[in-house]
Parts: sequence; structure tokens; C-alpha cells
Amino acid sequence: MKYEKRYDGRKFDEMRPMSAEVGIIKNAVGSAKFTIGKTIAVAAVYGPKDLFPKFLQNPKSGVLRCHYNMMAFSGAGDRVRPGTSRRSKEISMVMEKSLLPVLDLQDFPKSVVDVHVELIQTDAGTRCAAICAASLALADAGFEMKDLVCAISAGLVGDKVVLDLDKKEEDFKGGAVDIPLAIIPRTGEVTLLQLDGEISKEDLKRCVDFGIKGCDQILEVQKNALKAKYTEAKK
Amino acid sequence: MSKLLVEAKAVVIPGEILAEGMDHLPGKGAFREGEKVIASRVGLVYVNGSIINIVPLSGRYIPKKDDTVIGYVRDMTYSSWFINIGYAYDASLSLKDASSSYIERGASLSDFFAVADAILTRITNVTKDNNIDLTMVGPGLRKLKGGKIIEITPAKVPRLVGKQGSMISMIKDMTGCSVFAGQNGRIWIKGKTPEAEKIATDAVFLVEEKAHIRGLTDHMKGFLEEKCKSLKVEKKVSINKETKK
Repeated sequence: MKYEKRYDGRKFDEMRPMSAEVGIIKNAVGSAKFTIGKTIAVAAVYGPKDLFPKFLQNPKSGVLRCHYNMMAFSGAGDRVRPGTSRRSKEISMVMEKSLLPVLDLQDFPKSVVDVHVELIQTDAGTRCAAICAASLALADAGFEMKDLVCAISAGLVGDKVVLDLDKKEEDFKGGAVDIPLAIIPRTGEVTLLQLDGEISKEDLKRCVDFGIKGCDQILEVQKNALKAKYTEAKK
Repeated sequence: MSKLLVEAKAVVIPGEILAEGMDHLPGKGAFREGEKVIASRVGLVYVNGSIINIVPLSGRYIPKKDDTVIGYVRDMTYSSWFINIGYAYDASLSLKDASSSYIERGASLSDFFAVADAILTRITNVTKDNNIDLTMVGPGLRKLKGGKIIEITPAKVPRLVGKQGSMISMIKDMTGCSVFAGQNGRIWIKGKTPEAEKIATDAVFLVEEKAHIRGLTDHMKGFLEEKCKSLKVEKKVSINKETKK
């Protein structure tokens, strides 16, 4: 099925408008909010602190623990059932895996760093928004990091490769493939790539290229957000 | 030829390239990757000769030897106390360092420091394995009685203290409160009146909020003069008392 024009009039490689802010939760060691289109993710970092039960401790390094949660009212009408689900457990796990390559927790053996991410409003691309917010919050918390992590989804809607799918496109009747990508922007390393659907090798390559291009824009937004916290205070 | 890519005192973020070439060395908060020196945390750039250091702007307290900190007693064993100093790991205060006077064998430790007591203490040793030793033997180190403890970002404590203690002594003098800033970001404030304590608290939080602006001392002076108008009478009394002594 042909997909001629995007529902919201964007170009095929154009992302939804983004914004970010850090230090929004004063109780937390670090916090951030990341908005892309209608999707809003809020992340808060607590720790490092003691990790229990004890068998989970790693005597050589700290442990990163992510919690992903969609708020009950966040969807488009249907109430999201609160609490942990198969889906949220999976996303928490992939968040950890995508953030750990940049994070150095060797100074904090046997301890845990908790990253809580709440999705206030969702319109697809939630795990990517969650990773962007979490990486900002970790940087705001003052952890040693090799780089920030940028995440964006690319995919196939009908017959077209597109960047940053929204919910309507994910549900496209002619079939859609959604590929969330997380990238370390300085090195171009991919820390997350999931694929849901069927796609040709060429299209997959184009999706990854789209994603890498998109990450440059995300990095710019993240950079500005982190610096704004301190330059605003200067004024 | 090595090239520095950032200005001194610029705010940098993790992953930002600070310098290219082998003449510059990564200091604290930076690392080398090939020819590049890269920042690993949010902070301000300080270049010391060829070494590039990043002074953190945020983050939790990292204990250092000889830091004076405010801690809470969390637990005790038969010969030591475990003290929460705002770090990922508890510090330990052993019996021999707990008091300059002799503590008898079998004495109950809660007579000295009970669980949840706040103490002003000094770090004597920090090992690589995160064993932190404390001492209570030293000038000014004691159990904190009365007053209140507030918390600010540890990175802002030097600003609160000011050059040779200028900022903190201004807050002390103008409000008449006793103020002590622990290096771990815990600030103990004890005033003669709740009003004075409130002003001192507001002043500390204001310093934290505006730690980056230039001429903060003048700004704070204005703030304190404005707020202390109602306290003026008491302040004079306290000065008179001191002179009588």
C-alpha cells in the first residue's frame, strides 16, 4: 500500500518538534524532561545507594536500574493499566542496555543507580524519548559519561522509509515497521536497535541512516538543555 | 600542534571535545580518546598548564580526606558507629576516634551518639574500596544540638563559604545565626529566633540558586540588609553582649 504524504505534513526525514529541560525535580540527584511531538518523558535519577537484595550487587561496579512507566492517562483515550507489565519490563531492560555503554559506575561498587522514567503523554516513540530523557538526567546528576545517548525511531510506513513515526503512522493500515534506535553521537555506535515487522536490507540501511541523521538534531537539543541550566543562572 | 577547543570557565557536557592533539592532558572529569581530550561530566573548564580539568557543577558528594562534613548516625556496633555522610556508602567512626576523653570498655555507645543524631565530623581517610574513616577529635567537631540542617548541592558549598569565608561570615554577622557548611552540602543553621533562622536559610538557598552570577556578594548584601531590617534591634543587642565580654 502506498503512503504518499505524512499525516501531519512532515517531510519523510523530518522529526517532530523537540524540547528538553533539566533539573525539573528538585528532590532527585538529576532530572530531565524530553518532549518530542506529543510524547513527553520525565526522568529522575536517584543514587548511588545500597542495593538489596544483596545477590544483585556487583562488587566491581555499580548497577544501573531503569524503571519505565506510562501514566494511566497518557494514551489516546484508553486507560493504561498501571503497574509493571511485560512491555514495561522489556523497555526498562533495553534502556539499561542502551545507556550502560556510556556510563561509568566503577566508582560505586555494590551500589545501584535508579532511573525512573514516567511517560506523561504518549504518541509513539516512547522508549526513544525515555532514553533521551534518562541520558540527560544522568548527565545532570553528575555521573561520569563518555557521551550522551540519543534515541529516535525510524521505520517503514507503507512503502516509504520515514523518521520519527507517530502513533497514527505506526497503526497505518498498509503495514508499518518501527525501528527504535539509540546512538552514541560522537562515535556513531548503535546501542539499541529493535525491529518489529518485515523490512528489506536496503530499507533497513536507510532507516539507520535516517536515525543517525536525526540524532544530530537530538544532541543539539540535549546540549542546549544541559547548558541552559547554568547559563540561565548566570544571567 | 595541540589545539584547545573550549574557552576557560565554559560550561561543557559529557562527550564534548575539549582539545585536539597530544599536548593537552585530561585531568579530572575528562578522558583521552585517540588525539582528542573529551569531557566526561557537566562542569566548568579549568586549564592548568597543559592539564584540562572539569570542575563539576552538579552531582552527589564525593568524600575527600580532611573534609569536614555533617553526618547522621545510622547504626552502631559494639565498637563503632556508622554515619551517613550523603555518599553512596556509610562512613565509620570508631571508638578511639569518637572522643578525646577515655571511653570505658562496655560503655553504651548511645550515650555518646545515638541513632539519628547529627554530628559535625572530619574525614581522616578514604580508601579506594570506599572505606571512610571519621574522627570527632579536633577543634569544633561535636554533636549538633538544636538548630536545623538544610541540604544544598555539594558543588555549591565553596561559593557559599566564599573567599576566606567572606560569604558565610556575612550571613552569620547579618542574621546573628550560627551557620556551619559541611563539605557534603549539609548546612547547619542555629539562630536566636525562628525569624533569623528563616532569613539565613533563604540566604543559603539564594546563594545555591545564583552561585554562577558575578558580584554575588553585593547581591547577597542587598538581600540580607533588606531582610534583616526587622532583626536589627536584636542584632545590635548581640553585638553589645559581645563587646561587654
